Amino acid sequence: MQTNNSDDLHSLEAGLDALQVGQKPHTSHSTWTKVVPPIISIIVVLGLWQLAFMSHIKPDWALPSPAMVWDTLKTQWSQGVVWPSVANSLRRALTGFILSIAIGTPLGLIVARVRPIRTAIGPVLSGLQQLPSVAWVPAAVIWFGLTNSAIYMVVLLGAIPSIANGLISAVDQIPPLYLRAGKVMGARGFNSVRFILLPAALPGYLSGLEQGWAFAWRSLMAAELIAWSPQLGLGLGKLLETGRDLGDMSMVFSAIFLILLVGIAVERLGFAPIRKRILRNRGLLAS
Amino acid sequence: MTTHLTTTAEAPTGLALSLKNVTKTFTSGGPVVLDGINLDVLPGEFVTLLGASGCGKSTLLSLIAGLESPTDGEISTVAKPALMFQEPALLPWLTAEQNVELAMRFRGVNKAERKIKAQELLSLVHLDRAVKQRPHELSGGMRQRVALARALAQDSSILLMDEPFAALDAVTRDILHEELIRVWQETGVTVVFVTHNVREAVRLGQRVVLMSSRPGRIAREWQIDVPEPRRIEDEDVSRLAGEITAELRKEIRRHAN
Repeated sequence: MQTNNSDDLHSLEAGLDALQVGQKPHTSHSTWTKVVPPIISIIVVLGLWQLAFMSHIKPDWALPSPAMVWDTLKTQWSQGVVWPSVANSLRRALTGFILSIAIGTPLGLIVARVRPIRTAIGPVLSGLQQLPSVAWVPAAVIWFGLTNSAIYMVVLLGAIPSIANGLISAVDQIPPLYLRAGKVMGARGFNSVRFILLPAALPGYLSGLEQGWAFAWRSLMAAELIAWSPQLGLGLGKLLETGRDLGDMSMVFSAIFLILLVGIAVERLGFAPIRKRILRNRGLLAS
Repeated sequence: MTTHLTTTAEAPTGLALSLKNVTKTFTSGGPVVLDGINLDVLPGEFVTLLGASGCGKSTLLSLIAGLESPTDGEISTVAKPALMFQEPALLPWLTAEQNVELAMRFRGVNKAERKIKAQELLSLVHLDRAVKQRPHELSGGMRQRVALARALAQDSSILLMDEPFAALDAVTRDILHEELIRVWQETGVTVVFVTHNVREAVRLGQRVVLMSSRPGRIAREWQIDVPEPRRIEDEDVSRLAGEITAELRKEIRRHAN
């Protein structure tokens, strides 16, 4: 009788589970719908640009056509300028970004969790995020000269506050229920941070990292644009500055294009897949 | 001010948990939330705490769980109790299995053992097939069963439940009542179950403790001698529920003026 009851309950539950979980609607997003809209938008932008060029709003040297910019890019590529510039800038930005993560993460965690420290440096940290990091260029150059150290200082001061503030607000937004559940299960100290706090804060932390990257990249471009010396070598900001020096608008445009391209590539190939995975795991992403 | 005691030595012999004159005020001089609560629970007993809003039943559970300390009085338990909330409170980034394992990880259980035990517990609540699924892929009833498995993973002899089925639909709740009784019978765990649903209290409890509100006090107790398997629609359950409801209403009416 007891066994029968238990079997009965088992099948009852299995039925209810099947009914309640339901079928997921199968929405198949083909690569087609992912690829076509961006291509159309690129064609439209290029078309408008060509139209503006042909209607001679500005003289040709001030507003070159897409084809002229493309030619410049090809020439620069054959001169071996493009790749070293991209690689140099990307390496600097990544180094600065990784350093910023290493400093910004513990900083954010401490400010988020230790009340007196938060009162003391919380406002400074959000203030620093408002401050354009270009403002640090003169100070950095005076302290470090025209060196990589000066550039890293500007990048770090741009990215660290973003990463720290992102983590602080992420920790603030953790539903108290998770922390309570952790407490009931006996999570204390390091365990509580490692298994409850950090994973719970992950989506917000990732947004902070994305913003930190954007700030690092922007700060780097500004620093490269303003500070240059032979020992610093090539860079995308430098490429932009050379274009301005020569009054070569095609070169300026090609540099802007490359900077934009790096930004898009980092977002699409770096952050987007990670973000997608985190959100999907938590059921925060519609399939 | 008496400290909260949770050591085996402090629990009176033959009892799973014992509350002596427990009083709670959140601000000194403020309203008394719990006033002189005395309650003894036997090992393996299933006690339901029943009361209207403001009777402090959830606060009482927090005190027993050790999440808060009583202002006065003494609480002793044979083990650090496990606690289940109205919300499943599962961690959304972990699978069902990992959620259950985490409770053991904090107790220092090794990985191999955790894995085996988590499978066992999920199997106990009939969720063998949902082991690798994440909370958002499960229904409300399934989540609450994972939460039950996780609470059991704390391997405490005392399980505190704070209106765990209040947010579920009636059909699911009815099935989970049966499930809970089965798990209770199989594990021999001591259960203190808080609810504001009189029928639920009678359906589940061996003993129903009615609390009065503002301040929270124990008003009356009933022994429920209806044999298992019970059903919520059983005549004996209905009759007792009617009697207890009348008493509960009397308690509520006192607050009219």
